[in-house]
Parts: sequence; C-alpha cells; structure tokens
Amino acid sequence: MTESAIVIPMRPHVTSVADVRAVVRATAEGDLETKMKLEKVSVFYKDFVAVKDVELAFYANKITAIIGPSGCGKSTLLRALNRMNDLIPGARIKGRVLLDGEDIYAPHVDVVEVRRRVGMVFQRPNPFPKSIYDNVAYGPRLYGHLKRTELDAIVEHSLRRAALWDEVKDKLGQSGMALSGGQQQRLCIARAIAVEPEVILMDEPCSALDPVATLKIEELMRQLAKEYTIIIVTHNMQQAARVSDYTAFLMTDEYGAGTLVEYGETKQVFTNPKDRRTEDYITGRFG
Amino acid sequence: MSEFNGGKELSVLPRAGKLRLKRSAIRERFRRVNNAFMLGLTGLTTVVGIVPLVWILLSVFAHGAEVISIRFLTDTFKPTSLGGGGILHALVGTGILIALASLFSVPLGVLAALYVARNPNTSLGLAVRFGTGVLSGLPSVVVGLFIYTLWVSGHGYSALAGGMALAILMLPVIVRTTEEMLRLVPKSLREASLALGAPEWKTALKVWLPAAMTGVITGLMLAVARVAGETAPLLFTALGSNNLSTALDKPIASLPLTLFKYAVDPSKLRNAQAWAIALIIVMLVLLLNVSARLIATWRSKMY
Repeated sequence: MTESAIVIPMRPHVTSVADVRAVVRATAEGDLETKMKLEKVSVFYKDFVAVKDVELAFYANKITAIIGPSGCGKSTLLRALNRMNDLIPGARIKGRVLLDGEDIYAPHVDVVEVRRRVGMVFQRPNPFPKSIYDNVAYGPRLYGHLKRTELDAIVEHSLRRAALWDEVKDKLGQSGMALSGGQQQRLCIARAIAVEPEVILMDEPCSALDPVATLKIEELMRQLAKEYTIIIVTHNMQQAARVSDYTAFLMTDEYGAGTLVEYGETKQVFTNPKDRRTEDYITGRFG
Repeated sequence: MSEFNGGKELSVLPRAGKLRLKRSAIRERFRRVNNAFMLGLTGLTTVVGIVPLVWILLSVFAHGAEVISIRFLTDTFKPTSLGGGGILHALVGTGILIALASLFSVPLGVLAALYVARNPNTSLGLAVRFGTGVLSGLPSVVVGLFIYTLWVSGHGYSALAGGMALAILMLPVIVRTTEEMLRLVPKSLREASLALGAPEWKTALKVWLPAAMTGVITGLMLAVARVAGETAPLLFTALGSNNLSTALDKPIASLPLTLFKYAVDPSKLRNAQAWAIALIIVMLVLLLNVSARLIATWRSKMY
C-alpha cells in the first residue's frame, strides 16, 4: 500500500508570531513542543463549577494521562479540549484553551474545524450503525468529494494504523456493530484518525473492554503517539502508569470543583509524587 | 432494602412460636385463592377486550369475502343494472390521497420531530409536544371543516384538499413516533459524528435520522393506518366520485367514502359491495400494523 497516495490538506500551518515563539520556547526547554495549553481554564454547568483554574500543557507526540477520583472533572476537562461541552445547555468556559497557540474558544474560530483537528474516542465504543467501510469513510466524506480509490486508500490506511485491517479486510461491508467490543473501539479509533487529526482525546477508552482488548488498545496508543498528541482520561492508574508519558492528577476541592493537584512526568508522579494527596490516591488510600 | 435485611427478618420469624406459623399458613392459602381470583378476573377482561376485534374481523370476513374477486378489484364503477362494477376508482383514490397526505406530513413531521428531540426542553419544543397531543385528539370531522373553509371554499373539492386533511391527521402520529425513535438513538452516536467535525445538520441527516429510520417508517405506517379508514375529513374535501380519476384538482373517490355511500344505498348489491370494501380496509389496516410491528422487532434486534 502506498502511503504517499493519501494527502489530506488538514495540517495546520505555523502562522502567528505566538506560534513561532511557542515553538522556539519549547525547543529551548528541550525537545518538547507544546501542542495544547490550558490557561486558567474553568468550566461551569450553570452555577456549578466543574473544573477550576486548571493550567496545563500537553506536549506533541506524547501521551498525557488525566487521572483522578470519580466526579473530579476529568471528562469535563477533556471535552473542553474539542468543545464538546458546547453541546450541553448551560455549560460555559472561562480561560483560554490554546491549540498551537491559538485560542479555540475565540469568537472567530469555527468549532467544526476545531473538532476536525482534535479528534475524540469515547468511553463506550460507538460505531455508527453502518458498514465498517462507511464508518471509517464517514469523516473524510464530510470534507469534500473524494474519488473511490482515494477513499479506499484512506480507509485501508486508517484501519491499518488502528491495527484492525487484518481482522476486517475481508468484511468491510459488514456492520460495524457486529464486531467485538475491542474491535469496535479500534474501529472508532480508525474512524477518528481517518480525518487526520493532530490531537486524539480518549475518554476512558478501555473501561468497557476486557483485559486483552485493553492491552491491544494500549499498544496501539504507543504506536499512534508517534504521529499524534494523545490525551487520555482513565480511571485505571496502572493504565496511566503503563502508557502515558505525562500524568495530570485532578481532585475536587471543598466546593466540588475539579482542580489540578499535580502534573509532571508519569515516572515522577507515580514514584515520587510531590503532593501528599497524589501519593494517597496512587497508593489507594482513597478514590 | 437488601437481601441481608430480608434474611434477618426470616430468622426472627420462627421464634414467634407455632401459633403464628399456623395462622400464616391460613393466610397463605387465602392469598393463593385471592391471587387465582384476581388473575382470572384480569384474564377475563382481557378476553372481553379483544372480543370486539375478533367479532368485527369475523363478520366483515363472513359478509365481504364472497364479493371480492379480481374483477371487483380491477373494474371501475358501473350502475347496479350492469352488475355494479368494481372499486378500482376507490382503490386508486385512496392510494393518491394517502400518497399526498404522506408527501405533506412526512417532511414536516420528521423535521419537527428532529427539532423537538434536539431541544426537548425549550419553550418551542414543549409547545410542539403539547400541540401534537391536542392535534391527535382532535375529531377528524373538525379537520375536514378546517380544510373546507381554508381551501375548498375557494378552490373547490379536490384530491389535494383531501390529502391536506389527512396530512393534518397524520402529522401528530409522525411527530410523536419519530421523536420517540430519535430519542432512543444513543447520544454518543451523535457525539461521535460531531467529534469528527460534522456540523449538526449533517449529523442529524447522516447519522441520527438513519439510525432511527426503521422507527420513522414504523411511525409512518401507523399514521397511514390511522387515516386509511377516515371518512369524515374527506366528506367536504375529496367529496368522492364515481369516476376513475387521477387529477389532483378534481374530486376523487376513496374506499371509506365509497363504503359509506354503498352502505346507505337501498340496493342489496351495493350493501354487499360495502361489506367487501370494509374487508379491504380492515385488511389494509391490519397489514400496516403487522408490518409496523415486524419492522420494529427487526430493528430492536439490530441494537
């Protein structure tokens, strides 16, 4: 199969001065490029503060895990990164969410464009009740008319990268819902990467899967991190420790608002946490 | 209350002594008799409830079956002196009326249902829900009168007017069932589409509605079944006709109107034909309901 055949003009360009500066700064700090950045981000549901004043940077081609006890705002925070919270009536956000230095909540920004660049994989596998092929082709088809051969190439490429091609190549016409749970989730990953996003958000992608399927998805995430920035919310601390490069630990404050307790390299957070609460959570003293 | 609590109580009971246990055995028997009685009663009322349906089916079959023949279905109106002819004009008329009514009500109803399912708690959403409830309870003759004053008084009796009247009767059924089916589609499906960068309207048309499609078709069938036998709204809209007509701006025949006319006709032959038409309408409604059921079961197996 030819990789060069797939050209989808979706990659962003480093245009603004802020972008260039960010890249320069990042390079100065080491080899890390900041892909997304949260600046004093708070998310509200009507009057309730779900997430409060979170400052975080997600690095390109790294896997960042967001961990924390139930109801601490992990998913809310994740959904703020591709503006999925816009769909919830009464949800508001304060602060800035930067993607390549650009605020995705700025008034002129097209939310559709944001979601194309920041893809998402959900907690429960949610393939469309369409064929496997149509599931993967759904996204590319949204962005203009592609020739059948081009579409075929995108579908194959995406399924290969999602490590599903060999299992489904002979039954692309079958319903995506007929696959096993783990295969469905990989199909959803293939569907997400078919539109060539830059960031992939994963909201507890393995919580509905058995251990073998979970392991497969985790291996896949390591592969995908070479090309994408991955941000994963997980309940499973072993998973965070296994797959992620960076870990953010969130907890609710006394008012029920999720706040960032600790953020750092995964190794450091798990072996030598700076905050007492992180240590308590990781060692299973609560949560 | 957990099982644990239940277990605790049970272990306490025997300590109350033999007398208490004996009495509870009597109570147990009373309960059993009571249960059998109530079960029998509810069973009986259920049977009584379906008696009218069975009775109607049987009598319509008994009276109508012998009249129905290929000629009866393919011949148009003829005077009784020439054998009375058939009901092709009424079949075609009903077909046209239902097609027109579906054409008007389906796009309107499905789009309205999309709005209500998307914004269930907005004031417009609530108003539409309340409105469809009222509309579905409206006597069909009132709808006929409404179209009469609105359209027929200016443009005359026509198939078009009949289609409009039936469309108004179908609308609430379509909105209701479509909305319910749309709400059954998991929200995560819509989110998946939106997360791929699809705008909401594309998500609605390409993912949401297709996922609910079998339900929408079921709703359409039930709506058609609801209006297939309507007579009152057609009296002052489609009027009825003895000619085989496909013109939309002319009065048109229909099965229920022809049934009505033949039933009150002094001729015995016409009365017999009326039974045959009744049988055809009943079979049509039955067929629509059964296929709606089948589609619904098939759909539920898909998920």
